[in-house]
Amino acid sequence: MIEAPPSPKPSTKTNLVPANSSPMIAVRSLVKRIGQQEILCGVDLEIASGETLAIIGRSGGGKSVLLKHLVGLMAPDAGEIWIDGQNIIGMNERQLGAIRKKVGILFQSGALFDSMTVEENIAFPLREAGERDPKVLHAKVEEMLEVIEMEGQKDKMPESLSGGMKKRVGLARSIIRRPSCVLYDEPTSGLDPVVADSINRLIHRLQQRFGMTSVVVTHDMKSAFDVANHIAYLHEGRIYFYGTPIQLQQARDPILQDFLLGRSEQGVAATS
Amino acid sequence: MVRFFNALGAPVLAFFQYLGELVLLAGDTFRSIFTHKLRWKLFLNQVVEIGLLSQLVVVITGAFTGAVFAAQTFFQFNKIGMGSATGAVVSVSICRELGPVLTALMVAGRVGAAMSAEIGTMKVTEQIDALRALAVYPTDYLVVPRVLAMMVSMPLLVAECIAVGIAAGYFVAIFMLDINGTYYMANMVRWTRNRDIIMGLSKAFCFGILIVFISCQKGLSAREGAVGVGRATTEAVVNSSLAVLICNFFLTMLLNIIYPAGYQ
Repeated sequence: MIEAPPSPKPSTKTNLVPANSSPMIAVRSLVKRIGQQEILCGVDLEIASGETLAIIGRSGGGKSVLLKHLVGLMAPDAGEIWIDGQNIIGMNERQLGAIRKKVGILFQSGALFDSMTVEENIAFPLREAGERDPKVLHAKVEEMLEVIEMEGQKDKMPESLSGGMKKRVGLARSIIRRPSCVLYDEPTSGLDPVVADSINRLIHRLQQRFGMTSVVVTHDMKSAFDVANHIAYLHEGRIYFYGTPIQLQQARDPILQDFLLGRSEQGVAATS
Repeated sequence: MVRFFNALGAPVLAFFQYLGELVLLAGDTFRSIFTHKLRWKLFLNQVVEIGLLSQLVVVITGAFTGAVFAAQTFFQFNKIGMGSATGAVVSVSICRELGPVLTALMVAGRVGAAMSAEIGTMKVTEQIDALRALAVYPTDYLVVPRVLAMMVSMPLLVAECIAVGIAAGYFVAIFMLDINGTYYMANMVRWTRNRDIIMGLSKAFCFGILIVFISCQKGLSAREGAVGVGRATTEAVVNSSLAVLICNFFLTMLLNIIYPAGYQ
């Protein structure tokens, strides 16, 4: 793993986060194979409570696979995942339910229930948790719609929403129960720069307002620099770099440079 | 030679794996039915979807099957002077075989296809992952209401199909084939026993369970986008229909021991 200049913090698996904060999420030697391909080859990562970590890397590099492991949607071939002090490996679906109440996830597509309105989608977790009072549900949905800046759109069906709106509704649905941690899978992909910026501001606002731990998987560097306290670069199935956004910008490593500047191997060969 | 056995063994293994997945899903569902709270709204929605909205299809199937069966039976029986026995043959056949099998085939086509397409679409659009991520177990939310609704609806649909089939046979026999109504009814009542109806409804219950588990399993295992959902839907209908027809034979042999046919 690359150490981040100029005052590098040793990026070993036991010291990835400030020592005075307890990790909300800890990943130890995570290995995942899909078919013959090894997607994750021993990922080590710690995410402190209240921090925002961006996981960056090339498309198809296993970022989303790593994220899905953090909420138990995929099972690893080896390694450990600790969420809020509990190892989730080996838990069955029902045991994972308790963990999933602490960790919300925003899917790349929003994954809204297409047979439900915006209001029903947002209220779904509360209704499933046993809340039946329409007044309470309505008030909470209105509050969430205000947070995601979509007031007055509660009766729309998902099919009539734009990509950015779907992501915001998906986000409202995942945070309405106030989880301790939110995972974002490519929150700005496929969005125009203005809508992408509004999503970034929303992630930032949620962290400030609710103090949630956030893990943002993205290959949008602007998004990563805008929202993250720390950035981890996933390369060839391992965490290749871990550091602050400034440390990443100052890194001289050619692989990081190529990624930051968006240079392909062919591009490098053509310019040299 | 090794390649030959590999080619032979792979489909057999795949078949047993598929059966295993069905059994696991059934086990998971029944465990959930007895240990977790039922979502009544979803259950009632499914009763409407499976039971209420399938009625037209089932009524038309039952009516025209009863009508044509009465006509064909009469054409054959009348040659040997047994035209008035038509009612008994129609009634017993519809109760024991035609009613449950034809209703099951229609339900597999209408409801099974819709179930696997709906669940399959949810699977490929990450909605099932979203359910799991929101701490909702997909079997509780998607499978249990459908299974219970099918258990309730299928016997009622078959009862309806049997009643309409017998009535249609009666009308064809009396008003189109000029069979004596009194003899027709007397023979029908004499030869049709409660056990014939019980056998039909028992089959309905079993077929309903087969259809719902095969369709839900196909939906839950759908992959590869729209093509995968289409494939899952087709396989759900084909597998359900084949399962109904194959199990019908074994159920007939088994249930005939418990509820023997004929006047005894």
